[in-house]
Amino acid sequence: MSRIGVFVCHCGTNIGGVVNVPEVVEAARHMPLVAYADANKYTCSEVGQASIRDAIREQRLDRVVIASCSPRMHENTFRRTVAAAGLNPYLLEISNIREHCSWVHSDSKDATAKAIDLVRMAVAKVARHESLLPKQVGLTKRALIIGGGITGIQAALDIASAGHEVVLVEKEPSIGGRMSQLDKTFPTLDCSACILTPKMVDVAQHPNITLLTYSEVKEVRGFVGNFEVDILKKAKMVDYVKCTGCGTCWQACPERIPSEFDMGLGSRPAIYIPFAQAVPNKPVIDIANCRYEKYLKWKETEEGPEPPQCRICEGVCPTEAIDRSQKDEIITEKFGAVVVTTGFKTFDHSVYGEYGGGRYPDVISSLELERLMSAAGPTGGEVLRPSDGSHPKNVVFIQCVGSRDDKVGRPYCSKVCCMYTAKHAIMLREHDHEVQCYVFYIDVRAGGKDFEEFARRAQDETGALYLRGRVSQIYQEGKNLKVLGEDSLIGRPVEIEADLVVLATGMEPSDNADLIAQKLNISYNTYNFLIEAHPKLRPVETQTDGIFVAGTCVGPRDIPDCVAHGGAAAAKVVALLSQDSLTTDPLTSIVDPMKCVGCFACKEVCPFNAIDEQVTRDKRTIASINESLCKGCGLCVVACRPGAVNLRGFTSQQLLSEVLTLVRG
Amino acid sequence: MHATAAEYDVSTRLVCQKLGVELRELEDWVCCGASAAHSTDHLLSLALPAHTLKQAEEKGLPLAVPCAMCFSRLKFTLHELENKDTLALVSGAVGKELSTAVTVKPMLQVLADEDIPLPIAKPLSGLKVACYYGCLLVRPPEVVGFDDAENPQTMDHLIERLGAEAIDWGLKTSCCGAGVAFARLDVVLKLSHRILSLAQKSGADCVAVACPMCHANLDMYQKDMTVKLGWKTELPVLYFTQLMGLSLGFSPKELLLDKHITNPLPMLREKKLT
Amino acid sequence: MPETSAIVLEPTNNFLSFVQSHTGENITSCYQCGKCSAGCPTAYAMDITPRQVMRGIQLGLKDEILDSSAIWLCVSCQTCSLRCPREIDIAKIMESLRLFSQAEGRPPAQREIAVFYSAFLQQVRLFGRLHEIGLAITYNVLSMHFFNNIKRLPALLTRGKLKLVPQRTKGSSEVRQIEARVKELERKSS
Repeated sequence: MSRIGVFVCHCGTNIGGVVNVPEVVEAARHMPLVAYADANKYTCSEVGQASIRDAIREQRLDRVVIASCSPRMHENTFRRTVAAAGLNPYLLEISNIREHCSWVHSDSKDATAKAIDLVRMAVAKVARHESLLPKQVGLTKRALIIGGGITGIQAALDIASAGHEVVLVEKEPSIGGRMSQLDKTFPTLDCSACILTPKMVDVAQHPNITLLTYSEVKEVRGFVGNFEVDILKKAKMVDYVKCTGCGTCWQACPERIPSEFDMGLGSRPAIYIPFAQAVPNKPVIDIANCRYEKYLKWKETEEGPEPPQCRICEGVCPTEAIDRSQKDEIITEKFGAVVVTTGFKTFDHSVYGEYGGGRYPDVISSLELERLMSAAGPTGGEVLRPSDGSHPKNVVFIQCVGSRDDKVGRPYCSKVCCMYTAKHAIMLREHDHEVQCYVFYIDVRAGGKDFEEFARRAQDETGALYLRGRVSQIYQEGKNLKVLGEDSLIGRPVEIEADLVVLATGMEPSDNADLIAQKLNISYNTYNFLIEAHPKLRPVETQTDGIFVAGTCVGPRDIPDCVAHGGAAAAKVVALLSQDSLTTDPLTSIVDPMKCVGCFACKEVCPFNAIDEQVTRDKRTIASINESLCKGCGLCVVACRPGAVNLRGFTSQQLLSEVLTLVRG
Repeated sequence: MHATAAEYDVSTRLVCQKLGVELRELEDWVCCGASAAHSTDHLLSLALPAHTLKQAEEKGLPLAVPCAMCFSRLKFTLHELENKDTLALVSGAVGKELSTAVTVKPMLQVLADEDIPLPIAKPLSGLKVACYYGCLLVRPPEVVGFDDAENPQTMDHLIERLGAEAIDWGLKTSCCGAGVAFARLDVVLKLSHRILSLAQKSGADCVAVACPMCHANLDMYQKDMTVKLGWKTELPVLYFTQLMGLSLGFSPKELLLDKHITNPLPMLREKKLT
Repeated sequence: MPETSAIVLEPTNNFLSFVQSHTGENITSCYQCGKCSAGCPTAYAMDITPRQVMRGIQLGLKDEILDSSAIWLCVSCQTCSLRCPREIDIAKIMESLRLFSQAEGRPPAQREIAVFYSAFLQQVRLFGRLHEIGLAITYNVLSMHFFNNIKRLPALLTRGKLKLVPQRTKGSSEVRQIEARVKELERKSS
């Protein structure tokens, strides 16, 4: 015979203000198998927990029901409480009489009756609980980082410095990400490349870091501590062992393609490094644009005119490093943890027809302006209008393009645009003292250390005229652009004739962020930003154990925040990899091998790939649960027609006894 | 259409005849009420177009609408009638059982259909045209469902098919001042002047329009613009159907090109198109 | 705005609720970016800009809004509604404000525009369609601008662009019937 203890919590007035707690306690005393019942002001307090531990010992209780808040809140706390008194932690049932009762009802009588029912059900269930034991599994002490921007670089360096192996996968030919495209950084105006390049070099030189550029993650299997990842290494057509990065090939290549790095404002050859400080400083051949590769492709069909054979790079390479035999290759690696740092791209402003829809050459995005201002950019750091190469004197900035705009499906604030526009206004004036900047803004959001001071500087010191209002239309008038806005502070429409218009385009996740999330089984929002396990308390964890997220793939943030975020993810990874084994939750599904008919309906519905096939001694193929992967969601239980699958801690028998207790009254 | 915009009426009929598009004028169409009705009485602004829609429905024909304002009001009415309660209410006002089973298209869309071959007799080579759509042909997009609301292309493509050059310019869909000409001519002058100036600055020889109201505002007041706003030249404003007619071989006289207040004939002669 | 004292804000804003429920538009969501006024072709001539009209509704300033010239200078070109980042149909709200202003018998701040609209409708009532000369005469008489547009007459007449005799369609009687039924329906509903 069980001896069940029931502990009802007042939760201050949260429960006690609505539910008549003494009445619930009294009712509990008369429930079957209940040996003891009592109330607490705050059960989660040290005093409350001590009273439970004492009662278990003194009353020789072997099962416990706690009627309090949601189990999401304190179940783990109370499991430790009963374990401290010598009980198996799974011989505990939480009855939620706060979120499910006192918070949603106002009538005290009804709420009390419902609380009594809820407690009665919990008592019936806990009577059928069994002791469960967690298991230990081993782990691979290596981390995978997806994305080599500043966040990924920081995370890689921190994990590697803690002594763990790191593989950093980057889809571009170089690491560095968006930060490498920037000229200066706010609010200190340090040169972006000057502070980023040393970190990139550190990554390349760190003995614990393996850098896989021009590579992508294809598939992820396994679970926390034991991930198995297929990585596609795209053919670079260059043997990196032989290549010295001398640059002869990319200077000789006759092909010119719009440079992605320069936002199409400059060009690059077909064999290229994206920018001078690239890491690794060795080129790749862009197969789609290489003349000889086009010739080889033509040769297969001989359709259309014969393209020229080029092979100039092969001719000039002093170390014979060009290797056209390279093929795309998929490698499989094991990891204990994964950090996703896939970053952002800027909003494509061509959807704004009223701003020209991308057809006015002198309406450019802020990232394009960064390239024009950069000394390493297509104009050598001179800001020249794309249309005619002249020096712009009247420059209009428009904030919130692709941000705070439901019309284009981007209601969120991109957080960095106010600050980088202030930087642009300051820098433009530094480039050319005759420049007059106009900034159309809705609000200047300058929350952050030294940010407000910096934003003020743009207005106070460089004479940028800030106009509060969103621009409605830009149109070409002769050589210049007419900008129609409202100064909403004075309440009158304004018109400006501009030489150059810079659109402060917002942030959105990189292409395929959603596909990567699907491969990793983590969630993402409607804009494809990845979703953290808790926006405040678990900002770099995800709902999938062992997968971490950081940087702008989670939401808009600036460089200091990205570095901090990357470091935070690294700390979580290091904590995980510092363990010698991992404890798994025993609340998983189990298969009754006698009842299973091998239909695998369970496998179809399992979101965690936790169902394996297993052959029994009598040669039947049946389902078996990988307990490390199983999250205990219970979908398989519902899908199983013969009723062979059960969920520990929530068995059909346990749930049925709750229901029966309720309906029998 | 029969009076101020006779040029549009006549040229549309000629072009349709030539292209084999059979037009039947609804005998009892009534005015849509324009902004006058929807500024003063919401139900009336739905009932007037609904009456016309009903006639088209009874005839079982799609409705080709030359005027942008009428098109807008008819489309808006159709859009509103999607709501069952509105349908019942407006049916009560019209005194007939209404439905939304009527196709309404702007005349521009009908005639710009690329499946209708254009037997070009005289290509309009060398003529630079600023296509002006006005506000109501393309707005609001979810109601009219016609072309791009910010940078429409239908008329541009049509004009290019006639052998002329459609220039790219930024005020294709800006407002000309619409119906406030009587009451606030100053507003119409300012708005229309801005449109004409940009068209001219962008290199246009003329402006093509698809709406009698736009035409009136852009064509009629150029002299006033000279007096009030220092508008120095004249820029002919033609209906797109007149340009079609010209390229299909009709004479300027047949197309009533001599009826405009701003005379387009000198320009056309200079371009050797008459 | 003519107020000389501070705006006294009340906890309940009946005007806001009234406008919102009659238009079905969420005016509260306006964050005052001013894109409507930036693109409005007639905003320069208005006493307050469309953005300020939205703000006035948010603050419940019924008189200032319904007596403004802004609501009459709106030409319903829909540019504001097309581009509003909060997807508010501002043109629809302006139209409703004109109706509310008239329903309360307020003298329109742009009398000529209101007069033009009623002259226009009178033509439609008479003939089923628009008769330009009739419209001009009616408008000139009602607005007391007797010689408005008179100088344009010769040019229009010589080009045959005006017909002296209106086309009267069967439609005209139907317009009057429709209008009578509209009036009846509106009387019932109010």
